[in-house]
Amino acid sequence: MALHTAIAQARDAGDIPGIVETVPTMRALMVTYDPLATSRAELQPQVDALVARGLATGMKSRQVTIPCCYDDREFAPDLEEVAERTKKKPDQVIADHIASPFKVYVLGFMPGLAYVAGLEPSLFLPRRSQPRVRVPRSSVAIAMDMTTIYPFESPGGWHLIGRTPLWMFDQRREQPVLLAPGDSLSFQRIDRKTYDRIAREVEAGSFDWSTLVKSK
Amino acid sequence: MTAALKVVRAGLFDTLQDQGRTGFMALGMPTAGAMDRIGLTLANALAGNPASAAGLEIGVMGPDLLVEADSVRVALVGPLSPSLIEGPDAPPKPLESDRSHLLKRGQILRVGMIEGSSTAYLTVAGGFALPAFMGSLSTYSRAGIGGFEGRKLATGDVLPLARETAPGGDERKLGQAFDYGSGPIRVVWGPQEDYFSEAGRRTFVDAEYRVSKEADRMGIRFEGPVIEHAVAVDKGGADIISDGIGPGAIQVPGAGLPIVLLADRQTVGGYPKIATVASVDLPRLGRLLPGQAVHFAAVTVEEAEKLRRDQEVRLQRAIAGFVVARPAGGIDLVKLYEENLIGGVVYDRLSD
Repeated sequence: MALHTAIAQARDAGDIPGIVETVPTMRALMVTYDPLATSRAELQPQVDALVARGLATGMKSRQVTIPCCYDDREFAPDLEEVAERTKKKPDQVIADHIASPFKVYVLGFMPGLAYVAGLEPSLFLPRRSQPRVRVPRSSVAIAMDMTTIYPFESPGGWHLIGRTPLWMFDQRREQPVLLAPGDSLSFQRIDRKTYDRIAREVEAGSFDWSTLVKSK
Repeated sequence: MTAALKVVRAGLFDTLQDQGRTGFMALGMPTAGAMDRIGLTLANALAGNPASAAGLEIGVMGPDLLVEADSVRVALVGPLSPSLIEGPDAPPKPLESDRSHLLKRGQILRVGMIEGSSTAYLTVAGGFALPAFMGSLSTYSRAGIGGFEGRKLATGDVLPLARETAPGGDERKLGQAFDYGSGPIRVVWGPQEDYFSEAGRRTFVDAEYRVSKEADRMGIRFEGPVIEHAVAVDKGGADIISDGIGPGAIQVPGAGLPIVLLADRQTVGGYPKIATVASVDLPRLGRLLPGQAVHFAAVTVEEAEKLRRDQEVRLQRAIAGFVVARPAGGIDLVKLYEENLIGGVVYDRLSD
């Protein structure tokens, strides 16, 4: 993650020509380059030098708050099953989800889909054995040691425990993707009435995002 | 009135594409873009456009396009059989592909079928007057973004043009068809070749693989001998912690058959990648049809880079070697001479 940022800065400063883009993941950083502008042999020492110079200095991180309605059965069809399997009351599942120190590690699979690690360990469950054919947009889900929010209606095998009125991907926004690798995330419990109000504002494009995204 | 091309009959899968929406993979955004960057680059050059302009990527069968502009220069590249319908009751007249054509208001360009490739390209001089999304006009239809309303073209769509009339100048055509190469598809090992046994790696480069019916802009599933993983699949041998998927990455899931990931590929994935197609051969992958057979051959990173640079030199040479072509609707003197029908004609049509 830090190297992803460092390479982007070096590229934007013109220090490393030929880099097309980089993709950070939990296991590796993928660097794609234009072989007409540079070569692996030129690039490797340049990237190595960035690593040697030391990373993680001056990295900006954001704190993003996601309002989430856990109360509606339609929004949280798997909440009771998750509670049963983790031997908790549904309210405790919600409290543990909210208390988890979430961090966005990777975006992928579809535009704006964030893999968010940091789930409270007592909530770890494997994916559903039968994935759903249709998971509604903005569903909040957990599986393994992660949580996620579906940016589009899509198939999905995670446990659905709530829904946010926010859109993770909205092409009307200047920055269509809400989350970025490195963001800290926290969920805020809202009732159905608040959900409906925010959902209307998001739909109309009048929602004030500045209250949710803070630079740390 | 705004200059436009109107889709009076849709093709099968025609989308606007440029060289791709790069720079946002870290946000989960697939690059999309032309499956055959060479075809698009040649079509742009024939139309007098920069290589970065967007063109229409034709899939299997192209649309019928009605010219709603005083004039427009279009360029077609690929094994198409286009024709021109000059008026309401006029019969279609065959046109050549791999060249530009000057079209007039009311004419209908029938792009037609592609033979022997899955993609072909149509560009217009000056480009389309459509807004870029995240810096690109490439259509990514799974998320409904880019291009024309984020989707393939449908009958009735009106594609606005940046120019009201065609710029002056001659029509041009390819001196000769571009040589995409015909040997094995060149690949670079990895990034996870260690997830495969030595026998599995040998199978991959020795065996013949055939394009299955599951081939689209996202990728191509190949059929052929099973590639053995180093660790049994039920012991996690086909699972990795997800990492980035570059253009041409070759995933081998548990079933042991390779999947080459192309323009609309997802940004990250959890299957091991035995090899990655050298960028020189990505345009060939972008043209493959179901049933076609390929071999894969491993090259070093240095060889892959040199192959790509040499190809770029040949591409620029092909562009420098365009020749002047007769205007659309004119009489093909060469053909008439060859067929020995007449001794000569006065040739002055459509010299504008």
